Amino acid sequence: MSDSSTAAIQISHVSKSFGQGQALVEALKDVSLEAFLGEMFFLVGPSGCGKTTLLSILCSTLKPTSGNVKVFGTDLTASSNRHLTRFRREHVGFVFQQFNLISTLTITENVSVPLLLAGAGTGKANRLAKEALDRVGLGDKIALRPGKLSGGQQQRVAIARALVHSPDLIVCDEPTSALDSETGHQIMEILDEVARDAKRCVIVVTHDPRILGFADRLAEMEDGRILNITTGTAHAAGLGK
Amino acid sequence: MITLALRMLFNDRAKYLMLVSGVAFASLLMIQQSGVFCGLMSWTYSSLRNLRAPIWVMGPKVEQVNDPKPLRDTDVFRVRSIDGVAWAAPLYTGNVQGRLPNGNFKLVQLVGLDNNTFTGAPGPEKFLAGSLDALRLPNTVIIDDFAVQRLSDGLTHPDGTPRKIGIGDVFDINDHEARVVGIIKAYRSFTGGPYVFTTYDRALQYAPPTRRMLSFVLAAPAEGMDPAIVAGRITRESGLRAQTEAEFRNETLFWFVKNTGIPVSFGTTVLLGLIVGLVISGQTYYTFILENARSIAAFKAMGASMSLLVRMLITQSVVAGLIGFGIGVGLSAGFGFLTAPKGQPPFYLLPEILFGVGGFILLITISAALLGIIKVARMDPDTVFRG
Repeated sequence: MSDSSTAAIQISHVSKSFGQGQALVEALKDVSLEAFLGEMFFLVGPSGCGKTTLLSILCSTLKPTSGNVKVFGTDLTASSNRHLTRFRREHVGFVFQQFNLISTLTITENVSVPLLLAGAGTGKANRLAKEALDRVGLGDKIALRPGKLSGGQQQRVAIARALVHSPDLIVCDEPTSALDSETGHQIMEILDEVARDAKRCVIVVTHDPRILGFADRLAEMEDGRILNITTGTAHAAGLGK
Repeated sequence: MITLALRMLFNDRAKYLMLVSGVAFASLLMIQQSGVFCGLMSWTYSSLRNLRAPIWVMGPKVEQVNDPKPLRDTDVFRVRSIDGVAWAAPLYTGNVQGRLPNGNFKLVQLVGLDNNTFTGAPGPEKFLAGSLDALRLPNTVIIDDFAVQRLSDGLTHPDGTPRKIGIGDVFDINDHEARVVGIIKAYRSFTGGPYVFTTYDRALQYAPPTRRMLSFVLAAPAEGMDPAIVAGRITRESGLRAQTEAEFRNETLFWFVKNTGIPVSFGTTVLLGLIVGLVISGQTYYTFILENARSIAAFKAMGASMSLLVRMLITQSVVAGLIGFGIGVGLSAGFGFLTAPKGQPPFYLLPEILFGVGGFILLITISAALLGIIKVARMDPDTVFRG
């Protein structure tokens, strides 16, 4: 479960609005939460409730309109764009809904991207990328391009890419929505292992009820607000699991 | 990351080939047309390349070498008398009709060299057959290699098969016999007539008579003297106009640039090449960026700095541009090699053309990359989370 001694993520009274005047949309309204290392934290809710906006803010790809965001002690709201870019490079791993693998590169090259961005040499990056692919069970497919893999295999490549540079925070945007139930389960097991064994903070945005049992804690969102935060087991029990 | 950027481009075969083809086609168009333009322009001063003299003396109203205003024969002596002139010799140049054995007429560029010294004549290295000294024999001419093609109509072997004109063959110029005693390699004349060299006096017999027949006086400065200074002195003291070979060549060249539509015509094609290259490569590269927008946004999300992305985009574009440029240069050179034996169309590939077109290609590729860079700069990293 969570390492409750230090909060990896502290979000206090965060609001985010887009547009202005008549077109003003308040995507987040006074949101506060904490997440911890070793914890698998889920953001759930209907489409348009603000969960992806919150995910973007806590991984620093988006700045809040107001409020404070601290991730691993770094105040993201007070940081320059340059600093935020470096922060993401060093501390965040991404798993996207559509995988976002580059179709013209091999999966090894795809996985090596975060290491190359961090300044690693090609040789070292390729070696570590192969190790990461091995860890997600794709060690025999290192020379293939993403187009030759199934959806589940592509998502495993994306997880390998998210892990390869050993980030403290892994953000997953709908990681199972494009996958069948069994593959989605396998993907979540890998992420679960990442969160628990490596003491990382894994934030998952989802509206896939099949995977909610993997959550340590779960924030239910609606209309830009967090309605409540429950433990994953309690939520699963509520769903009849 | 730069290597990965290149692999992204190379592995997207369709876009890569389209991009390289666009640049290659633009390069080919610009280099080939510029080369033909320079070749054509070099024909305008062929007489200055075939007849070498440090100083050319001409009538005061002469604007270019192909349009002499005849001088008096005594002007040669006036030039010789000027201090600093080592020697001066008469030269006749003009277009006359040559009559071939089959009765056909062909325009030739007649050149009359000084009877005794043959001043200005092409050097022995230019001779493909015969010799200059043979011009001392009566009714003799030396023709160029182009004349071999142009003046061979109607010549046959005893068995009736066609043959080329050669040493000993005879044709008429203005009803006077012209016996070929030499064949030289010469630069093609702008008017398209082959060069026929003979002595000055014989040229006057061949050419239709006018009151004045002397076209130019070829001169040289005394040893150690600057040709430009001596040319200036000739101009001041004789009332004629004297120019160094280089000055006269440039003046001839710029006369054609100013007074003919040739530069505009070729310039338009070169401009079209530039625009076509810009449009094809710009559009293709922009499509490439659009299709990779989510990947690039993912790079941004994962912590790629804007400067790294700019370097990646410029490298992709410039490398594709350089490969296309290389192919374009190769194709242009191939065109040059194919046309060189016939000499038509003229193709003169100056290093300046390559540098100039290379600069244009760099401009095209950087402009194409700039379109992508603007797109990427406006891309928020959180785009990657949105559908």
